[in-house]
Amino acid sequence: MASLKEVKNKIAGVKKTAQITKAMNMVASARLRGAQSKMEAFRPYSSKFEEAMSNLSGGANTGSFPLMEVRNVATVEIVIVTSDRGLCGSFNANINKLAEKKMKAYEAEGKKVSIVCVGKKGHQYFKKTGKVRKSYTNIMASFQMFHAREIAQDVADNFVKGAADKVEVLYGHFKSVAIQRPAVQDMLPVQPVANEQGGAKKAISGDYIYEPSTEEIMDVMQPLYLNVILYHAMLEVGASEHAARMTAMDNATSACRDIVNNLTLIYNKARQAAVTGELMDIVGGAEALKG
Amino acid sequence: MAQQIRLEVVTPKGAIVSEDVDIVNAPGYGGDFGVLANHAPFLSTIRIGLLTYEQGKKRENLMISGGFCEVSNNKITFLVESAEHGKQIDVDRAMRAKERAEQRLAKATQHDDLINRTRAEAALQRALARMKVSKMT
Repeated sequence: MASLKEVKNKIAGVKKTAQITKAMNMVASARLRGAQSKMEAFRPYSSKFEEAMSNLSGGANTGSFPLMEVRNVATVEIVIVTSDRGLCGSFNANINKLAEKKMKAYEAEGKKVSIVCVGKKGHQYFKKTGKVRKSYTNIMASFQMFHAREIAQDVADNFVKGAADKVEVLYGHFKSVAIQRPAVQDMLPVQPVANEQGGAKKAISGDYIYEPSTEEIMDVMQPLYLNVILYHAMLEVGASEHAARMTAMDNATSACRDIVNNLTLIYNKARQAAVTGELMDIVGGAEALKG
Repeated sequence: MAQQIRLEVVTPKGAIVSEDVDIVNAPGYGGDFGVLANHAPFLSTIRIGLLTYEQGKKRENLMISGGFCEVSNNKITFLVESAEHGKQIDVDRAMRAKERAEQRLAKATQHDDLINRTRAEAALQRALARMKVSKMT
């Protein structure tokens, strides 16, 4: 059995760990609130944007835009959005695993894969494969729209150059505080947004006055649309990361509590054994003196 | 009272304005344009600049950066990357941004670097628009 002092030290150590995980849990829950409100603030923008896109795609001729060009797919680019920091359970691992699965599937079909990493964890996971084309790390803590713009610009340039024929975004979808799932979204070529009400809406879009022409508006809007997709993915990852960390830290704290309980039991047993032993010694000594 | 049109200015950080107004003036692609109630459906790209709207005697100035606007069903929606009320603008920051942008512009022009030049130009325009709007209020 471990000595009294050892067990006592261990209890103190585990208690300190619990303190840290508990603090991290609280920090994550505070940050989650911020990330969630950021996400909610963005929702009207993105929904309006999609509405306008669908109005436009009804009237515009889709074949003539470089960003909409559907090519024979030889190279697929995957934009992997992960968090910068760990200690959030299997959140990043899930995203990376899905990315790897996708990568293998594409390679089995004979397509080449290149990777763009947003967030440090994806970069660390994939840097040894040699397929990473570009990495954006240490921006997830305080990213802004212009970060998304920069990345979108780069990806779009690469697509137009012909270095990639299809671009997908892989990110952690924020389903709820308890559930985050990796998700895939097609980014390029830009697909015309589907009209929900079908023909009825298309008729309205024909009546719009466009300034300048639909084609020129599309030219401006498509890169913006990519920003919206990417920014959205980053927001989701931001919120998911904190939610995942909250759950992970909560689990860690309760695991610590269990360990402390067990150790306390061992400690008490050991203490009692020591006391009994000492008593026996004293009684034995007294008996010996009497005799 | 004259008829009004619903104005909404939406940015990635949330809705900035959502009000019924008499008239909206905005910097469109081909020049400034005004929109009154019951305007025909209209879609235009927006330059960086000044958006004003009037509501009775009240007149508000807003700095907006690029995006586009849509008019339909007596509603005008601006989707822009950023929008700021004149009073909220940090003039010092805009000044600093202007100087920075000018330096970057000079450097990019020297090296014939098109991407950085476009970026610096956009930043310069944003800074100038901010200063202009804040002076008006």
